[in-house]
Amino acid sequence: MTDQAQSFDKGLGLEVVFPSPGRIMRRRMLKSKGFLLGLTMFTLVVLMALLAPLISPHDPYDQDLSQRLITPVWTEQGSWEYPLGTDYLGRDNLSRVFYGARISLLIGFSCMLIAAGIGTSLGLLAGYFGGIVDMVVSFMITVRLALPAVLVAVAVVALIGGSMDVVIVVLGCLVWDRFIVVVRANVQQIKSMDYVPAAKAAGCSVFWILMREIMPNLMNNLVVIATLEIGRVILLEAALSFLGMGVQPPMPSWGLMIAEGKEFMLFEPYLVMIPGVALFILILGMNLLGDGLRDVTSPEGGA
Amino acid sequence: MLIYFCKRLGLAVLVTIAVSMISFMMIRVSGDPAIALAGEAATSEEIEFVREQYGFDRPLIVQYLEWASRAIRGDLGESPYMNLPVTEMIGNRIGVTMTLGICALSFAVLLSVPLGVLAAIRPNTWIDRLALTISVIGQAMPSFWFGLIMIIVLGVKFRLLPISGAETPAHFIMPTIALGYYATPAIMRLVRSGMLEVLASDHIRTAKAKGLRWGKILYKHALRNAIIPVVAVLAVQLGFMLGGSIVIETVFALHGIGHLAWVSIGRSDLPVVQAIVLLLSIIYVVLTFLSDMLNAFLDPRIRVK
Repeated sequence: MTDQAQSFDKGLGLEVVFPSPGRIMRRRMLKSKGFLLGLTMFTLVVLMALLAPLISPHDPYDQDLSQRLITPVWTEQGSWEYPLGTDYLGRDNLSRVFYGARISLLIGFSCMLIAAGIGTSLGLLAGYFGGIVDMVVSFMITVRLALPAVLVAVAVVALIGGSMDVVIVVLGCLVWDRFIVVVRANVQQIKSMDYVPAAKAAGCSVFWILMREIMPNLMNNLVVIATLEIGRVILLEAALSFLGMGVQPPMPSWGLMIAEGKEFMLFEPYLVMIPGVALFILILGMNLLGDGLRDVTSPEGGA
Repeated sequence: MLIYFCKRLGLAVLVTIAVSMISFMMIRVSGDPAIALAGEAATSEEIEFVREQYGFDRPLIVQYLEWASRAIRGDLGESPYMNLPVTEMIGNRIGVTMTLGICALSFAVLLSVPLGVLAAIRPNTWIDRLALTISVIGQAMPSFWFGLIMIIVLGVKFRLLPISGAETPAHFIMPTIALGYYATPAIMRLVRSGMLEVLASDHIRTAKAKGLRWGKILYKHALRNAIIPVVAVLAVQLGFMLGGSIVIETVFALHGIGHLAWVSIGRSDLPVVQAIVLLLSIIYVVLTFLSDMLNAFLDPRIRVK
């Protein structure tokens, strides 16, 4: 994509200026409220994650039983020492929320990369070759959708032993279905464009055609799906950690924080509220960003 | 229709076989299921005993075929933890989960279809934006968190609803909402886009020109066409809901199969976990098969494909 505006002199002394594709896109981005809102929320969480060591008032793992279950600053007993209060072990909630952003984002991105790898390659093959390859891949999608994802993930993580790496691999291997569906449909469409048979006639290898002719045209949709999938994976990780079969204590995963807060929620409801709001903002941000990107890159629909 | 029926049935059978293999292999991912069953503190003789008792020492394929042929006859083995037949344990619990799933699905339909229709007949108005906002917020809220918030607000603060158990219908209200709202956005979007498409078509214009009442046009001519794709999604959503019930049942202490699965995972009661995964997958396969048939019945164009 060139960033320079093209201008044509039609020989009439008039100069017609066409905005570059990049500029059209930027203009659309600035006009889309959902996209901007999503981008803001996402940036906020990324900043929290990156700056966690600098902005956290306390160590997220530091326990102080004399300071346990302090309420947030806006309540009567609250103090600025612990702006969001402390949990049942006296750990600072604000610092745990900051460090929790790291876990959510790390898991979200890594799972998405695994899923995108599996889904895109299978989708490319199914869409390009069709026939028996397509049938096998479609069958895989049907089987995957028939399995109850949360239950399988919980069972497998519990059997192998809960840790962040296990959660990432297990979830990554479970959420590739949307990548395949979208990539496959797109490839089927692109395959009939003139430039693909042209490349074939010019003697390009299948690998070249898939990577250099088809892949670049998939990128927009892939980015949209990837963004939405990160949101979905973060939601799944939170559910797993909430059930106690995901990220293990004492790590400050938001889902785990909700599970720990659940024991005390009748007296201290903010222990459940705070990590939940953080999760909500991140997932809402990812969804708005994904939907916004779809509108920005292909306003006619698609994806 | 018959050819289509046979094709779909064949696919459903193949998927069932694949799913049974996966749920069979699932409990073996950690390497040795005998160690998991015997517990971490078990001696090597105890592990050896469990291995022989359960036949883990035989070739995998023999184990699978025996397990599968028993499963077809309705025998899913015995729970080593409870010393009860797995089918009996599941049978006692499935009613709660089914009730919850069907309530949640009805809730989702009753909320999303009217909203979707309203959004479609008044596009780009406040009601359309309200529907969109509900769907965006709905998709971003973790269902277990939403459940806990309801418990805090409705159950504890205002004491309107009971917070755990399954004794009365009132016990099902909060779990139904928590499980059902998550499916609302998908159904609503589908109804909205379907209605928009149908309302722009020729036969609606003709019906309007004939002077039919607007309500009749909407219901008889537009919604009937727009609802066809929704039927397929409903079956899928019900399948997801039954799968997602593990989280909601845990939050509300509803003793359905989701809760049973969670408890069984915690105590390494592997035959139960395996059976529940298999059962939920088969329910999903049956539901999608039925919805395919219903779709083909409603829309003759599908049968030819």
